[in-house]
Amino acid sequence: MAETYIARSTAIAARLIGGEMMIMSAVDSTFFTLNEVATVIWHSADGQTPLAEIIERQVCGAFDVQPERAKADADRFVAELSQHGVLLVSDRPIAAAPSGESPASPTP
Amino acid sequence: MSLLAEMNEKALALGVPLSVHLDLTYRCNERCIHCYLDHDDRGEMTTAEMESVLDQLADAGVFFLTFSGGEVFLRRDFFHLVEYARRLLFNLKLKTNGVMIGDEEARRLRELGVEQVQLSVYSHREEVHDAITKLPGSLKRTVEAVRHLRAHGLKVTIANVLMTANSFDNGGVISLANKLGAFYTVDPTVTPKLDGDTSLLSLRIPGEELHEVFRDERVVNNVEEFCAPPTKPGADVMEGYPCSAGHTACYISPYGDVYPCVQFPLPTGNVRRQNFLDIWRGSPQMKEVRSIQIKDLPVCSTCSHAGSCTRCPGLAFMEGNMRGPSSADCEKSFQRTGIPTANMALRGASPAARLVQIQLPA
Repeated sequence: MAETYIARSTAIAARLIGGEMMIMSAVDSTFFTLNEVATVIWHSADGQTPLAEIIERQVCGAFDVQPERAKADADRFVAELSQHGVLLVSDRPIAAAPSGESPASPTP
Repeated sequence: MSLLAEMNEKALALGVPLSVHLDLTYRCNERCIHCYLDHDDRGEMTTAEMESVLDQLADAGVFFLTFSGGEVFLRRDFFHLVEYARRLLFNLKLKTNGVMIGDEEARRLRELGVEQVQLSVYSHREEVHDAITKLPGSLKRTVEAVRHLRAHGLKVTIANVLMTANSFDNGGVISLANKLGAFYTVDPTVTPKLDGDTSLLSLRIPGEELHEVFRDERVVNNVEEFCAPPTKPGADVMEGYPCSAGHTACYISPYGDVYPCVQFPLPTGNVRRQNFLDIWRGSPQMKEVRSIQIKDLPVCSTCSHAGSCTRCPGLAFMEGNMRGPSSADCEKSFQRTGIPTANMALRGASPAARLVQIQLPA
């Protein structure tokens, strides 16, 4: 089965506030807040690491969640964000990784 | 509660400055008759200083950033600053008169992911708009800018400041905005100059005209709801804060001065000498603004409009007391509902108060 790669789009506004990632799509102004697990996936979306590996290492390794459940949640999360241009999805590594690398500004 | 409202509550609880209005310059190519700024350059922040401010704002948690002025396109490094801000993933809004925006500028703004562009249009008639901006041909150029921005898919808002010179033209501007596919917002408040000069206040539209504006459903949507009498303010209102100034929002001038809001000229520090977060968290002035709840307002806390008034603490400050009433907002509340405010009654300034001539015996 083909791998899935995800990368953060630069067509967004994003900031980490109180441990939650706030994201607004510059494409359609849809606003999202990501929970702790989704925020981890977001930070790992470098376009180079397969989604399955992100789930295994970053999600299942750090949170008390079954792999099937984690995969289902991650698939839904990726589908929704990609629909609004917030995440880029491909079946091969995404070469042009986003240049805006500061969505993880620390919470004051 | 919407996600945005939740975000605001969270920012308020954590003391995060969610929104910042940054004026890049006070220089301008228009000379609007109601403008509150001094357009001479008195030492704007350099590109490097602006970059440092933007870095600090991102670190502080700022999400919504507005670049305004003056005319932002007069800065040679304007696109560099837009690009820099977008790399830091701010939700970026611009306020401009648009006269320097052609197709190429609009394309770049879209490419850089600017969220929204707001342009001022005072009238649909050239002779009125251009007489206010004192720049011949400015309406034509601003409208062209809106067309370019819309053609590239940018969200555009036309802001219509109402004053004596254009008070009957808001209908025409609404039609123009609709035709151009732009949002419309109206502001009937002319503010004093930042140096305290109140001569501009003579340009404010008279109360009777404000009354008409508030009954125009194209402006306020639901007139009945908008003009409904105020309901008795509850404890939640009294424990609440007047507005976001100093709580989740602030303003930075081109010279690095930090204020609670663009309409609240209380100096709290300067980012050329101090770290932004030190000013935001530690400035005594910012703390004082932050400490004021509705119940602390001697006159306004007794007013029936306390829960629905648009009272601006900055305008109150410019009238002499940040805990006092803002008479412009008293007038708005009165014209909206027909019910005098506590401040008007106190000063005997309302028609209703003037009618009270008979004192009944005890």
